[in-house]
Amino acid sequence: MALFLLQRLAALVITLLVASLVVFLVMEVLPGDPASIMLGMNARPDTLAALREQMGLNEPAVTRYLTWIGGLVTGDLGTSVTYGVPVWELVRERLSLSLPLALLAILLSTVLAIPLGVLAAAKRGRATDVGVMGFTQLGIAVPNFWFAILLILLFAVHWQVLPAGGFAGWEEGVWPALQSLLLPAVALALPQAAILARVTRSSVLETLGEDYVRTARAKGLTRSAALWRHAVRNALIPVVTIMGLQFSFLLAGTIIIENVFYLPGLGRLIFQAIAQHDLIVVKDLVILLAAAVIVVNFVVDLLYAVLDPRLRGRSAP
Amino acid sequence: MRDPGSNLGSDLGSDHGSREIWREYWLRGRRSAAFVFGLTVTLALVAVALLSLIWTPYPVDVMNIPAKLQPPSAAHWLGTDQFGRDVLSRLIGGAVNSLAVSLVAVGIGAGLGVPLGALAAARRGLVEEVVMRFNDFTFAFPALLSAVMITAILGPGAINSIIAIGIFNIPVFARLTRGAALSLWQRDFVMAARVAGKGRTRITAEHILPNIASLLIVQMTIQFALAILAEAGLSYLGLGTQPPAPSWGKMLNEAQTLMVLAPHLAIFPGVAIMVTVLGLNLLGDGLRDLLDPRLRRQR
Repeated sequence: MALFLLQRLAALVITLLVASLVVFLVMEVLPGDPASIMLGMNARPDTLAALREQMGLNEPAVTRYLTWIGGLVTGDLGTSVTYGVPVWELVRERLSLSLPLALLAILLSTVLAIPLGVLAAAKRGRATDVGVMGFTQLGIAVPNFWFAILLILLFAVHWQVLPAGGFAGWEEGVWPALQSLLLPAVALALPQAAILARVTRSSVLETLGEDYVRTARAKGLTRSAALWRHAVRNALIPVVTIMGLQFSFLLAGTIIIENVFYLPGLGRLIFQAIAQHDLIVVKDLVILLAAAVIVVNFVVDLLYAVLDPRLRGRSAP
Repeated sequence: MRDPGSNLGSDLGSDHGSREIWREYWLRGRRSAAFVFGLTVTLALVAVALLSLIWTPYPVDVMNIPAKLQPPSAAHWLGTDQFGRDVLSRLIGGAVNSLAVSLVAVGIGAGLGVPLGALAAARRGLVEEVVMRFNDFTFAFPALLSAVMITAILGPGAINSIIAIGIFNIPVFARLTRGAALSLWQRDFVMAARVAGKGRTRITAEHILPNIASLLIVQMTIQFALAILAEAGLSYLGLGTQPPAPSWGKMLNEAQTLMVLAPHLAIFPGVAIMVTVLGLNLLGDGLRDLLDPRLRRQR
């Protein structure tokens, strides 16, 4: 287990370093002069020089990279040119929306997908199974931002029971804030739920054919008890992995959905930063989001090893 | 020497009548309603996209302000947009854009990912480790995040969508190819080829790749569907295809602000994306069942 952990940790650090290097090269070295991209063609030379100084662009690229990495580790992400505040402050403020949104979407998709997947497996080949599989095919094919627009059309424009966009803020109370997050979370959860339900179904079908389930039935357990106590418990191992892999899709989805609902989260911030040519914010957010995907996959790898002891002895795939 | 458990990849190269094999596949395939639906939708989409290059009911970009925001009618089957442009014509025009971006992006993903995966499986050791770490890192950048980086530097555009979606596809094909190739390298027919003195490159080209062709075809179909979704998402956000070129994602973005006045504008582009992705996914599933019984999903 210790060897496995060390291998995975080394891979994590290398992947994070390579990702940061690529982001740095693309955002700071390839464009030539990031300051002139940020200020545009007609910028005054003294303003340009001041920004170059602020961004440390007069230093060699290696020094800038090391300073940036050091800042990322210590929590100093630099100062936004547009907002004039530390980037970390912006991130912290926007995270208070994006994180609950992502968690709510994961919760909704899990609550919907696992029972549906188990139900489809238990009723394999019957109308319920066909219905669930049809729903999942549709769920995967529907673009989440279109589904979001349809939800707005129905719940905000037609029935007027939920807000069409914007965020009330947590200081206004939990319920108004949750109301603002409900439609976005449902829109995010649908494709995730569709994929999870399919994985759950095939995983449960696989475990239902295992000897230990047959033994449990032979020992007198009811079909339902054998299903939930033995088949489903073991079937959830690959489901956890898929949930980890889905995190990058959830992240991309959050960026789009926040823009559909005009939610002031990290996704919206990244777009405002692009529109305002605030490359400092874009660079920091891209590496933070990429690092989030890398770390989540690392945690899932570890979780997988904890759940399935057979993997602990193996070297990294 | 061929793999005894051959599938489409090896069958295609065999001498005993590929026409009969195709006929058998067709006879088996047409029994699956999902496969027939997927194939029909995909072929219809390609036909419509090609047709749009020479004909659309109305010009795609010509504005007709007096006829703006009309609901569906005999003259404009799907209505008109805020500039009086025919929605059906723009949907048809958007199909070319979606298909072209997705095709090139998946081409880039497969074109780079398959050789990388095959190289990792053939060389093992350090080469494999480097390729797999590269995969881990690329995987951390969803198409949208790559597009954000590229757009921040170069500005938005269809080419940037292609690059971003293409980059995200590379590790998918590299992982798949490596995994499938690794198991083939242990098989007797590959061992025999090595004993016969064939080099790794030749074995990869003559034995490994033909035997994983069916797997790759299926994956390409699935990735194609994902690329259509990604392209639509990027265009919706304004990072992809730029106006006045028609694009399904951009049409939905424009429709959102007019949702109360003209809800039909928010419906049809979404249906077009959904039906296309559904068709491609069902085609992928059908092909998987048809071409490689070992991969058949549990039904």
